[in-house]
Amino acid sequence: MLFSLLNVPPASASTAAGSGGAGAPGAGAGLAAAGVPAAARVPKRRPHVLREGAARALFGTAAALSIAAVALICLFLLANGVPAMAEIGLPEFLFGTTWRPAHDLYGIFPMIVGSLYVTAGAMIVGVPGGLLTALYLSRFARGRTGSFLRSGVELLAGIPSVVYGFFGLVIIVPFVRLFGPGTGLSVLAASLILGIMILPTVITVAQSALDAVPARYYEGALALGVDHEHAVFKVVAPAAASGIMAAIVLGLGRAIGETMAVVMVAGNMPIIPDSLLSGVRTMTANIVLEMGYAADLHREALIATGVVLFVFILLITMLLNVIRKRGEAR
Amino acid sequence: MTSFLKELANEMSVTAAAEVPGAAPAPAKMAVEHLNLFYGDFQGLRDVNLTFPENQVTALIGPSGCGKSTLLKTLNRMNDLVEGCRVEGSVLLDGADAYRTLDATDLRRRVGMVFQQPNPFPMSIYDNVAFGPRSHGVRAKADLDVIVEESLRAAAIWDELKDRLKKNALGLSGGQQQRLCIARALAVQPEVLLLDESTSALDPISTAKIEELIGQLKERYTVIMVTHNMLQALRISDKTAFFLLGEVVEAGDTDTIFSAPIDPRTADYVAGRFG
Amino acid sequence: MSDGFNLRLRRPRPSVVACSPTLGALGAVNLMPACFAKEDALEAHIARSSRRRRAVSVLLRWLTYAAATVTAAVLLFVVGYILVRGVPALTPDLFQWEYTSENVSLLPALASTVIMALLALAMAVPVGVGAAIYLVEYARRGSRFVRLVRVTAETLQGIPSIIYGLFGMLFFVTACGWGLSLLSGACTLAIMVLPVIMRTTEEALMAVPDSYREGGFGLGAGRLRTVARCVLPSAVPGILGGVILALGRCVGEVAALLFTAGTVAQIPDFGGQGIFALFDSCRTLAVHMYTLACEGLHVNEAYATSVVLLILVLLLNAAMRVAAQKMEVSKK
Repeated sequence: MLFSLLNVPPASASTAAGSGGAGAPGAGAGLAAAGVPAAARVPKRRPHVLREGAARALFGTAAALSIAAVALICLFLLANGVPAMAEIGLPEFLFGTTWRPAHDLYGIFPMIVGSLYVTAGAMIVGVPGGLLTALYLSRFARGRTGSFLRSGVELLAGIPSVVYGFFGLVIIVPFVRLFGPGTGLSVLAASLILGIMILPTVITVAQSALDAVPARYYEGALALGVDHEHAVFKVVAPAAASGIMAAIVLGLGRAIGETMAVVMVAGNMPIIPDSLLSGVRTMTANIVLEMGYAADLHREALIATGVVLFVFILLITMLLNVIRKRGEAR
Repeated sequence: MTSFLKELANEMSVTAAAEVPGAAPAPAKMAVEHLNLFYGDFQGLRDVNLTFPENQVTALIGPSGCGKSTLLKTLNRMNDLVEGCRVEGSVLLDGADAYRTLDATDLRRRVGMVFQQPNPFPMSIYDNVAFGPRSHGVRAKADLDVIVEESLRAAAIWDELKDRLKKNALGLSGGQQQRLCIARALAVQPEVLLLDESTSALDPISTAKIEELIGQLKERYTVIMVTHNMLQALRISDKTAFFLLGEVVEAGDTDTIFSAPIDPRTADYVAGRFG
Repeated sequence: MSDGFNLRLRRPRPSVVACSPTLGALGAVNLMPACFAKEDALEAHIARSSRRRRAVSVLLRWLTYAAATVTAAVLLFVVGYILVRGVPALTPDLFQWEYTSENVSLLPALASTVIMALLALAMAVPVGVGAAIYLVEYARRGSRFVRLVRVTAETLQGIPSIIYGLFGMLFFVTACGWGLSLLSGACTLAIMVLPVIMRTTEEALMAVPDSYREGGFGLGAGRLRTVARCVLPSAVPGILGGVILALGRCVGEVAALLFTAGTVAQIPDFGGQGIFALFDSCRTLAVHMYTLACEGLHVNEAYATSVVLLILVLLLNAAMRVAAQKMEVSKK
């Protein structure tokens, strides 16, 4: 085919866009770099050949933009966050238990712990219910009930996090207040609302994994005289294990990165919570609460908090990739 | 081919004559009576009457879509999974009605099934075989070990697999997977074994091994198999039923069906004129 | 003709052994008469455990029913509560063109939301669709570039919105010098929804049967023409689904906008300032809702705002369903 002559090596397209992207993420840089040698190699300049080459270069640049975006995000976060970490001292920053910007004390350990507590709470609240609901939707639901619940889950997924946060503030917080001292703005309230928020993620991902399990496994189990429930729980669910793990990890990522809903119900004290009912501040909340007025080192310390959060997210993404690879290998 | 059949027929007419007086009817393990089956409006089976004698191999043959696999799936009620499938008439296991008196899961344990495509579960070889017994309440490791070994031995695959029982079953070859599936079916100690074209996805050597295995299994089990391969039916079955368009055209001793069919359609099919 | 088996005769047949070419190789096989010494043990187990097994089955089944019921109850409660409290709070005051601290009108925020979302999509859709076209139609499957793009797109998808907010603040607001503005916010959102659009478009393109492409090439059309004329049209509903999903995220986003678009409750003044209105700060509906809820002074208005947000989400979900149905139809 003619335009195969124009085959721009993907690597060159990516470097062109990558280098161009640092200054201004322009399509022009990638286009020119890819277009010129291609045109030179074609003996007769036919208009549609040029057009094909331009299209390939343009689409390639678009694809390269996502690489540029990740590179830029890393670059800017690190450039603004790492100096602060260095100035504060990495151990003091990560493991310091006092966050008092007015006294130049920037220890985010309470926030790291807070994020982990709240996330763990959300998993306890959301994962079992989510997985069982996925099993229900995939293997037990019939007719109307199923399709009603499916669109309900879609709706849950679409509700903005502020609305969840507001709901938590007006319903869950007063409810938690009934159980003990304090305002109700607490680890428990944040865990409950986050548990609800990760439900749609867990349900949809786990359900599609369950739906994808070949019918022959289920039939094989039935043919052994195993009833429907045991076949589903003992054969179908294990066969979807990697997809179910992916669902859990995606829920984890969603919970640890959630900001607005948590800010509204967690109480936001920068101390390590000592009970389910005490207030808590997560890393995300830390950023959003103080970024509005922070300056200088304080501001950079907040960005550095973002870097730590980013590292957590990258770890989760890597974990997800490992799980997916394993699933494919099987 | 024809000369072989003739020879076969000759030999058998002699032995048959010799045996008739002493022969007692084999007891029927399973039977279907006036069986009609519908998928929605489509009638898949028409007034099927058959008996499946105990400890014998019965082959169901016929062109694609003739209802033989449908009948097989009716015997252990796997058709229950098909939406809009309706069964009339009766299926009897030891005289008990499979659709009215027996529980479906109980029936399926007693009437095991091996599918066309090998379908081991995505777990270890050991767990595959132990799956059935475990689900039926066998918990003790020692008991399971015995069941797994004996089932694999009975499926003639123990020697090949004994050193890698913990390996994932999906790593086995197709023929090994199919024999593993037979072992898995045997592990719940069925009384009847249904084979749904279980060698059609396999190479000739694996097929031969499984055919040989079937010949041994009939000493303990009643075997009912669907096959496209007429030579296979001829080699290993005692009884044969020929299906056409959802009806049983002719059924009887395999040798008779192949050497002296009564119905011309059977004769045509067996002679390879259609199918 | 179907008389059933005539079972009178049992004749010896040529033995299986004689037919089987591999018997020698399988000499080790022995069907011991004592095979299944444990048979009675199993039978006993089955009899004994059958009742317990059924109880477990019922329990498992009811567990899934219970979980599904709880999920449905949570949904109904959240949505129902917001609607019950919010709908009566929807007053004409909330739909004034001018925002004052008296009327706390949400209309400016609604208008800003629409402008912001459209602007973000105008940037993200061409790039996302283009990237997906490259990955599916142009690139060699599994090349290093493709893998890198996939990995980065997945990474982008996992990044929480607050990180996007930080990045937008550092890059668009400060480094580019655009300040807290519509443009900074829209650019941040565009990056945020880029992976969503890329992924859905990729899936939609991959669902297009290869015969369509062969049809195009067979007529001598170039790749671009084939993609544009034969492949893209049947992928449009799928792409649309992705766009709606992205729109939903734009509408609901707060954390990424607080420090990029700011919280000024006015519609960017395109009439007066023309293109420079892009540099006006503005608040979207979700940001508006957040400020109301946090101030704690306008709880009823916050309910009303969440009703409007919910209605938007419902509309988007309905649009999504239509797109999905179209996709199903085009697949057939």
